[in-house]
Amino acid sequence: MARYLLRRFVFLLVSLALASVVLFALLRLLPGDPANALTSVGASPEQIAAARHSIGSDQPLPEQFTHWLGQLVSGDLGTSFVSTLPVGPEVASRLDLTIPLTLAAFVLAVLIAVPAGFVAAYKRHTWYGALLSGVSQLGIAVPVFWLGMILVAVFALNAGWLPAGGFPPDGWAVPGEAVRSLVLPVVTIALVMSASLIRYVRSATLDVLGSDYLRTARALGSSFGQAMWRHGLRNASVPVVSVLGIELASTLLGAVVVESVFALPGLGSMLVTGIAQHDYPVVQGVLFVSTLAVLLIGFAADLVQRVIDPRLRDRLSGGTR
Amino acid sequence: MNIKKTSLYGTATAITCALALSACGGSGGGSAAGGTYDKDATVNIGSLYEPQNLDNTAGGGQGVTEALNGNVYEGLFKLTDDGEVEPLLAQEHTVSEDGLTYTFTLRDGVTFHSGKKLTSEDVKYSLEKVLADDSQSARKSSLDVVKDIATPDARTLEVTLSKRSISFVYNLSYVWVINSEAKNLKTSEDGTGPFTLKKWTRGSALSLDRFPGYWGDAAASRQVVFHYYKDATALNNALLTDAVDVVTSEQSPDALGQFTSNAKYKVNDGDSTTKLLLAFNDKAKPFTDVKVRQAVSAAIDDKKLLESVWDGYGKEIGSMVPPTDPWYEDLTKTDTHDPARAKKLLKEAGYADGFSFTLDTPNYDPHPTAATFIKSELAKVGVTVKINTITPDEWYTKVYQNHDFTATLQEHVNDRDLVWYGNPDFYWGYDNPQVTRWVEQAEAAATEAEQTELLKKVNRKTAEDAASEWLYLYPQIVVANTKVSGYPLNGLNSQFFAYDIKKKS
Repeated sequence: MARYLLRRFVFLLVSLALASVVLFALLRLLPGDPANALTSVGASPEQIAAARHSIGSDQPLPEQFTHWLGQLVSGDLGTSFVSTLPVGPEVASRLDLTIPLTLAAFVLAVLIAVPAGFVAAYKRHTWYGALLSGVSQLGIAVPVFWLGMILVAVFALNAGWLPAGGFPPDGWAVPGEAVRSLVLPVVTIALVMSASLIRYVRSATLDVLGSDYLRTARALGSSFGQAMWRHGLRNASVPVVSVLGIELASTLLGAVVVESVFALPGLGSMLVTGIAQHDYPVVQGVLFVSTLAVLLIGFAADLVQRVIDPRLRDRLSGGTR
Repeated sequence: MNIKKTSLYGTATAITCALALSACGGSGGGSAAGGTYDKDATVNIGSLYEPQNLDNTAGGGQGVTEALNGNVYEGLFKLTDDGEVEPLLAQEHTVSEDGLTYTFTLRDGVTFHSGKKLTSEDVKYSLEKVLADDSQSARKSSLDVVKDIATPDARTLEVTLSKRSISFVYNLSYVWVINSEAKNLKTSEDGTGPFTLKKWTRGSALSLDRFPGYWGDAAASRQVVFHYYKDATALNNALLTDAVDVVTSEQSPDALGQFTSNAKYKVNDGDSTTKLLLAFNDKAKPFTDVKVRQAVSAAIDDKKLLESVWDGYGKEIGSMVPPTDPWYEDLTKTDTHDPARAKKLLKEAGYADGFSFTLDTPNYDPHPTAATFIKSELAKVGVTVKINTITPDEWYTKVYQNHDFTATLQEHVNDRDLVWYGNPDFYWGYDNPQVTRWVEQAEAAATEAEQTELLKKVNRKTAEDAASEWLYLYPQIVVANTKVSGYPLNGLNSQFFAYDIKKKS
């Protein structure tokens, strides 16, 4: 296990290094000059050159890259071109919103999807099993912004139960308000996310239900519940965990649309503004942090899978435990 | 001029491209709120324009002007809602006979939010900050005439100019007076205004508290909070659910219906200074020919375009000058919709069979709509328009810097920006030595009457020449809950004076 962990960790570092190169290079391929955003109209060529110099975009690319890498290693995400404020603290303050939003939506989605997916599979011949299956199919087709707008119209504009958007300026210092303002966004993301999760849980359950080992377990005298608990659940959860990892990772940045609909100051809206303004350090900072998060989530999902399924341990680590 | 950029979701974030002249709005009226109001109220203001940082010489953008100008920071002068210059921190001033030396006497008893007393040293520091090499202030080029700044005593400031500049006092209304010892101006402040900065949560909100030590009339409400939105629908929803009391500038006419039909809200139709232009490259064929420009102008029904984009809001204009500029004259008659005249002019110019040209169109509203409309209007007189959609960045490089275009669409935000027709190197390439001379003479004028007279000539001449096709003047729409009153109506140049806003208890 230790060897596996070490190898997995090295893999993580290499991925991160590769990601940073790609990130840096792709941004430089975009047309447009960040110095434009920094100078007023009518700026002389000297002023534009000075602006380029001040942000370092007049340096050769390899130098810019090593500079950025050096900063990263020392834990500094750089300074925004546009606001000239450090990126790190702002990313951190945005994560205050994005992490709770993502995690809450994720947990809610799992709480909806696992029972619903199981019922959709186990009771597939009943009308409600079929209905669950159909609704989840429909749910996949629903755009997240549309659902958000409908929820706002119903629960905020008409009923007035919840705020239509925004996040209290004092953030978590007023926990009640903060939670209230996240209810609709969390439900929006969770509903859309659970729609596709239900499909995975359902098909994983169907596989297990039709499996020989379950039949054997029943034949050996286990009740259906016991057989499911001892054998079915473990087997079914392996593919689901990897899907969960992917869903969690994509929600982290995928919340951008929801953040826009609900006017939330999260990581996604910071990224969008950064792109629009050619603010390389902001875009790089946000993407680097989210890449790191995605890799860590993938790492965690792998570990969980190995804990659940001993076969993975044996195969991948050459038999060492 | 401001060139607006849009984010991926179509919200406009302005980049700091403001050209020379522009004005801040005075405090207007808003709806008349009878009865008592709550002195301890918190007024919530909704806006699409969040500051980039809090320093207007370091690229704070349009949002920093909206939130802080007049509220947190004050200048020696301020501009009223009608575009009049009034003394603010300057009690009085005198100008020498030759028009080159200005002597200002500062108001007594003014303190900064930090408690320090205002002195002429602070004003000198503030002016130098705008003029500094790394300054990104939009005022920088127009204040370049400043040669020397002296401070004979703590309440007197003496500024010497290198040449006469009638707009000098006007331009000073844009120079924030800042404590010379203040630090971290990008995230904090030390001004003299009626509000102090309480907290700025980036991406979300900026709150201001009433400053108890203010030298003038105290702010009407205890606190105002600017809430920032990226999405116009989210902003309107906030107003509908009482999360905000007033929206500084409504950008989606489609959404206004839900407020006009509801007695709880008041929709105010004020005057903006933002003009939508079909800017010809006056140095590129066929627009080198006055007749061709006039023909294109006559072929386009501006009124119909305004109706379709703004649904009855906004105004027709016949030139670059909005009604709030001192040299405004109604010149819509020089630009009437007359397709028959357009055809005649084209024939005279040798284009009896029409011609075709490429229209560089920024990819955000309202430009694509306007481009399509223009295309169909010009097709009626035999002129073919090829619409080339470009990003704000491309516009800046291709059109603004390289003058590589035949015609383009662009919104020009600032007031008093007629003078750019006096600069032959400006992107639209209008080159008339007489106009250039008038603009120079106007700036060197001894009196405002003389300046106004000369700029009226410029106005008439550029309108006759159809130097550009001025499509319409944007409306400035402030929507507010009827609980609040005293908000600015015109909000010229993104100003939003909040100190008179009252909220009913």
